[in-house]
Amino acid sequence: MSLTTSFLWSLIVYLILTAGSGSVLLWSPAELVAGIVIAALIGYATRNIMDERLDYFFNPKRWVLFLIYAVGPFFYAMAKANLDVAYRVITGKIRPGIVKISPGLTRDESRTLLANSITLTPGTFTLEIDDEGNLYVHWINVPPGKEKPTPEELCGYLPKWARRIAE
Amino acid sequence: MIEALLAILLAIGVGFNLLASIGILRFPDVYTRIHASTKCTTFGTIFIVLATVVYSIYRWLPNHDARWITIGIHSALVVIFLVLTNPVGAHAIGRAARKSGIRPYGAVIDELEGYYEL
Repeated sequence: MSLTTSFLWSLIVYLILTAGSGSVLLWSPAELVAGIVIAALIGYATRNIMDERLDYFFNPKRWVLFLIYAVGPFFYAMAKANLDVAYRVITGKIRPGIVKISPGLTRDESRTLLANSITLTPGTFTLEIDDEGNLYVHWINVPPGKEKPTPEELCGYLPKWARRIAE
Repeated sequence: MIEALLAILLAIGVGFNLLASIGILRFPDVYTRIHASTKCTTFGTIFIVLATVVYSIYRWLPNHDARWITIGIHSALVVIFLVLTNPVGAHAIGRAARKSGIRPYGAVIDELEGYYEL
């Protein structure tokens, strides 16, 4: 039985998409039945691709931390990144380079989270990741003398949060 | 009052999208252009969608019409999927460019030099 995770995911997304359609709480009975049938079909079709890790994906502590991260530190870093890029768009001052960092994360999920966060925050985007979990990052403004940065010099508190949420 | 709030949110959003467009024209190569196109469009679109959500909550409050909940939730989903997919697309474009041998313009360091030839 490796279809529970994708079944639940599909059902949740379908229910969010059709919220406000009727009288049973927020949904009409027809939408509820259609949602369960479609989610079951998707769960069956992806049973060989999805891993069964219910305790990992539906751990409420991870979700609370993830929401705090998304509206707090991540949004702040993103706002800072946008002002930075806006400044470089207007002035044209860039000093680009591809640097390598070793954040030392072990799980695929935390590496994905960190790589995506880096892409959306201060002047950096992830180009490549190798088998040891080293990230190759294009940095739009490499400060002089920082050609071999530590993860903290490149992206501040993001690796700490990725470790806290997804390890 | 509500019109002023919506106008401010829309102005911030459109402003950042405009900066992204200027950045795509101004920056010298594919990697720096990806910087402009991913970050600024994501951030700008968040504010445009925030304006939609604020407006739908404002219209929902007097008579609790369920259609406005639907519009608000669908707009919020746009942001979630954009934030999830935009960095993945940027990574795919950048990686494909580097694999096909495009060197970053004016790079002071290139750790990927020789990485793909092994």
